[in-house]
Amino acid sequence: MTQIYAYIPFKNGSAEDVALEYPAAAKKIDAAAMLTAVVTGSGAELDSVATEMSKIYEQVIKVDNQALAYPNAEVVRKALVNIIPKDAILLVAHTTFGMDIAPGLSVKMDAAYAADIVDFEGIEGTRLKMVRQELGGAVSTHVTADISAGAVITIRPGAFAPVDGGAANGTITDKSADAGDLASTRKFLEVVEAEVGDVDITKSDVLVSIGRGIEEQENIELAQELATAMNAVVSCSRPIVDAKWLEKSRQVGTSGQTVKPKVYMAMGISGSFQHLGGLKGNPFIVAVNKNPKAPIFQVADVGIVTDILEFMPELTEAISSL
Amino acid sequence: MEILVCVKRVPDTAENEFELNGAGNDLDRDDLVYSVNEWDNYAVEEAIQMVDKMGGSVTVVTVGDDESEEILRREMAMGANNGVLLSDDAFEGSDGKGIATILKAEIEKGSYDLILTGAQADEGAGQVGGMVAAMLDYPYASLVNKIDVMDDKKIKVGREIEGGNQEMNEISLPCVLSIQTGINEPRYVGIRGIRKVSSVEIPVKSASDLGLDAASVGSAGAKTRRVDYFVPDMGEGAEMLEGSTEEIIAKLIEKLKAKGGL
Amino acid sequence: MSSIIGPASYKLFGIFPTAILSFVLPVIGIGLFAYIMTRRIAPLVRAAPDNRLDHIGLRIKNLVVVWLGQIRQPRYMLAGVLHIVIFAGFLILSVRSISLVVIGLSDGFVLPGLGGWLGHVYNFIKDYAATFVLIACIVAAVRRGIYKPKRYAVPEKYGKDHTAEAVFVLGIISTLMISESLFEASELAYALTVDGQSHFLAPLSLVWIFKGMLTSASPGFLQGLHIFTYFVHDLAFFFFLCFLPLGKHFHVITSIFNVFFMRVQKGNIKPVQHGINDEELDSLESFGVKRLEDFTWKHMLDFHSCADCGRCSDQCPANAVGRPLSPRFITIKARDLMFKNYPLSGEIYKSKLLVEDIFTEDEIWSCTTCGACEEECPLGIEYIDKMVDLRRGMVDEGMVPQSLQKPLKALEKRGNPYGKMEKKRAEWTEDADFKAKHSIKDLGEETADTLYFVDSITSYDDNIQEIARRTSIILEKAGVDFGILGKDEKDSGNEVLRFGEEMLYQDLKQQNTEAILASGVRNIVTADPHAYNALKNDYKGLPEVKHISQVVAQKIATGELELKTCQDPDKVYVYHDPCYLGRHNGVYEAPRQAMDAINGLTRVELEKSRDRSFCCGGGGLMLFFEPEEETRMGVLRVNMAAEAGANVIVTACPFCLVNIQDAIKVAGKEGQMEALDFTELIEQHLK
Repeated sequence: MTQIYAYIPFKNGSAEDVALEYPAAAKKIDAAAMLTAVVTGSGAELDSVATEMSKIYEQVIKVDNQALAYPNAEVVRKALVNIIPKDAILLVAHTTFGMDIAPGLSVKMDAAYAADIVDFEGIEGTRLKMVRQELGGAVSTHVTADISAGAVITIRPGAFAPVDGGAANGTITDKSADAGDLASTRKFLEVVEAEVGDVDITKSDVLVSIGRGIEEQENIELAQELATAMNAVVSCSRPIVDAKWLEKSRQVGTSGQTVKPKVYMAMGISGSFQHLGGLKGNPFIVAVNKNPKAPIFQVADVGIVTDILEFMPELTEAISSL
Repeated sequence: MEILVCVKRVPDTAENEFELNGAGNDLDRDDLVYSVNEWDNYAVEEAIQMVDKMGGSVTVVTVGDDESEEILRREMAMGANNGVLLSDDAFEGSDGKGIATILKAEIEKGSYDLILTGAQADEGAGQVGGMVAAMLDYPYASLVNKIDVMDDKKIKVGREIEGGNQEMNEISLPCVLSIQTGINEPRYVGIRGIRKVSSVEIPVKSASDLGLDAASVGSAGAKTRRVDYFVPDMGEGAEMLEGSTEEIIAKLIEKLKAKGGL
Repeated sequence: MSSIIGPASYKLFGIFPTAILSFVLPVIGIGLFAYIMTRRIAPLVRAAPDNRLDHIGLRIKNLVVVWLGQIRQPRYMLAGVLHIVIFAGFLILSVRSISLVVIGLSDGFVLPGLGGWLGHVYNFIKDYAATFVLIACIVAAVRRGIYKPKRYAVPEKYGKDHTAEAVFVLGIISTLMISESLFEASELAYALTVDGQSHFLAPLSLVWIFKGMLTSASPGFLQGLHIFTYFVHDLAFFFFLCFLPLGKHFHVITSIFNVFFMRVQKGNIKPVQHGINDEELDSLESFGVKRLEDFTWKHMLDFHSCADCGRCSDQCPANAVGRPLSPRFITIKARDLMFKNYPLSGEIYKSKLLVEDIFTEDEIWSCTTCGACEEECPLGIEYIDKMVDLRRGMVDEGMVPQSLQKPLKALEKRGNPYGKMEKKRAEWTEDADFKAKHSIKDLGEETADTLYFVDSITSYDDNIQEIARRTSIILEKAGVDFGILGKDEKDSGNEVLRFGEEMLYQDLKQQNTEAILASGVRNIVTADPHAYNALKNDYKGLPEVKHISQVVAQKIATGELELKTCQDPDKVYVYHDPCYLGRHNGVYEAPRQAMDAINGLTRVELEKSRDRSFCCGGGGLMLFFEPEEETRMGVLRVNMAAEAGANVIVTACPFCLVNIQDAIKVAGKEGQMEALDFTELIEQHLK
């Protein structure tokens, strides 16, 4: 039986969303696989996450050590090498932590490695078939990996549909004693928070972004109302900053901020490549523009040809009344 | 400080519109242009700036075919002192670990204080740096956007983490770092710069030069393989919503809900 | 008969012959001047070579028209007229000044030829000259010191105000005028009161007035005044001579040379190094200007020659929109550095990298190479070649902003700044409506009489491709047998060259030249003034190049093209001169003639038009550069058009169209103003 372990990242005592996505991913690998959540950390915070996980996973392993209080990739790696069985599949979210730990871990476990997987297509023999993207998302590829000696796989957060948590009544196993020597050549010092303007458009999952189609400074209010209704933040393209209608920290583009929202509402933005250069992470793009030939429609997922000044208030009203 | 930077020749994403070949299982490579991986370029710039300040030398290394020599020259035109091309038919089809194994063999032949890679390349895996570090038992940090040298044994590095925050770490040397874009502003290299280094000798090393068993690298040693390329069905451009404003808004709201916009 | 004793014979306190002073002062003055001049010339000797002895005829013409004729001065009317008065006065009075020096040693000396009637005429003229110079100095001093026109202001980052120096010099000139006049007036008043001799004097001239005032003075006073004013004049004269090379009044000496050696061709860019041809470029150790001594001697002479009049910066669009560039201070900063590194005494300092020392990278990238500054400078100081040389130096050092690195790399790999595929260069011909009616020859496969050179923006930009289609329709209608190079065409490289990436430009030039010559065409037409300029002025050995507006004007004249009456007679049209069509190539009339051939079209003129046209923001690579600026050039231009009463801005350049279209939106004038390419206007009115 395939054994799958899922490494649970958490922040401030609560697991990140990907914790709900691992079960879907595991099911796609092998519906019959045994799935175990692994949580490393220390103290009460760890316990609370482990308990939270026991409502999603039947099996939860916790590793408690003061050295694991901050997820220092080298320290966590040392613990996981000792905890994860050699022929198991370990899933890690493809985040900045996942990128830090997973490649080296696969070497130490002598396991196959696959990164940033967006889909699984099952196991054939000893090979697991997966889907990933290359060239900045321009093309997709199928890759297979020989998992007979185990595998470390990072999965793209958001790529797998989250399951409903709360149903399970899992057992929590404390494997702190198995973690081994956690001495490290890399010492975590601190996290320096990014400097931001009045709002940080890079942190918002939804952006209502305005371009020249807004026409006048007073109309920005319409975008702000829509953003409020959508629990989003207003960003913009360069002409708006040029006109000094919004501060520079709101600008998306190669000369402004790079953003990775889930949804990008391009309102009256023509879609110059300088602007699109600031848009990363393959968001769902909704483009509204008067000009049916606006290049933004080439890259958008959904397009609407209309005047944003008329459209936005109506959309705001419809969303508000949901 | 002796710095080795691992670089890769990749299709230039900025300048290419990728299309699949007739069979649909590989890129149409006829019209592709290649250049040095953007992240690697930042790594080389960082290495050059460090050596400018502290002395030492920068060596650029790549695993690839004859055509990869071009990117070594470009990085040498930037200011890297030496270039090494690791090339052998046996290397073809290597997975991340295969590449890491080849690089590790070269690294062990020298004596480097610092090994830099780009945070990721065309495949977007971001794997080789971490693997090389683990194989050498060197400390590793990925997505590095700041390096401060403390003394000849320790450096302080900043990692770009979620939300644009920076995670500061102290790391002992020698170590491996993967470099994130934006750590510096890479200098420009024009045709003239490349021509100036066009006659510099670039040693080419094969599997046997590196003392590698051909079975441990290349497709023979690869646990992970790319099967094919495909373009997921995304349709041509945007799906245009038409109809009355109410209909459009209803459809849009439905989609926004599905995509987490509401 | 006792006449007044001149300085050559006078004995101070009865014992000390003032002739000694008359001898010593010039000797010291000239010696000191010669010394200062050698120090000033020292950097020029170390400078890069420059070939300025070609086109002697044109150079002599410039000397007569620009230097002697002061043709550029009245472009700023009051300052210009004042300058012409002072300049003419100086020329006239230089003769008198030389005579005066000798008079100190030999009483009553007259220059050969000025003894007879000619001398009387000269005296009559020079008396007025001195008078008018003095008046001009007073007006100028009031203007500079009290009214302080804005263009003379020195922004804080560029140092202290220059008004004091200007007013001081006006004071010295006034001293010269007054002392010279008093010297003469005292002699004539003496002659009148002591000897009863009367001389005719130019009425109301300074001498005339002074003489009138001195008629009642005692002979002793007059004698003293005569000697005193002589030496005041002598001292002021030699002080002034030695003071000139110390600041902006150096132009009094250098202008004649600077104008003689000024740029005689337009639109072209200087070679990387004079005397090194394109094939030998690889042999150069370093490219462009990195340190002071990398400038050519003429460019250094420019720095010495600047009169600090501020006209360049007043016309500079980059300066107008608050970019960190003011051409005036490019020169002033470089001049100050020359003074600092080559001091009047002591050691010469080793110069540092200019972009770290006195210039900033952004400053040098901010220039659109529109040429407004050069067109204006009364002294023939050039800027474009210096900017290009500085950029060549920065490119060679790898100092290129990231925003420009991407398009440069794309140009290297794909031959266009967008990184689009070569095979898509002719995709504009594939537009369904267009293709149904028109077929464009591919000169890779077919032959034609004329090449239509499309260039990158028109080939690849979705909105601008319309220009290519309309140009084709016009050519077809005019009966021109033409084709395109398609995938074999590369970017013309006009901006690649001007942004200092010389080797990339050479590469593009070579590929285009080969493709064009291989096509066997006998004429080239383009609708892109940047391509027009590059092919015409930078490339060598190509068939004749014409801009589409020239073809249209010519075909209208021959009757081969006929235009309908204006389709939109209520609109008011204005033509905006693209820099690379107008200022750099002198094509001002053809587009206007073509527009005026549309019956019923109302056309107005911008105040800044023709050679004073205001850049829309720049083309080519400038579209990628992200400058620090307060507003856009295009916005200022659109506002100018609105002030001129126009609601349609017609231009004949794809970049102008992009910039002005954008600017109309930014300026919030959508619906009130529109931008139209020349080809669109003409195509709409084809019969």
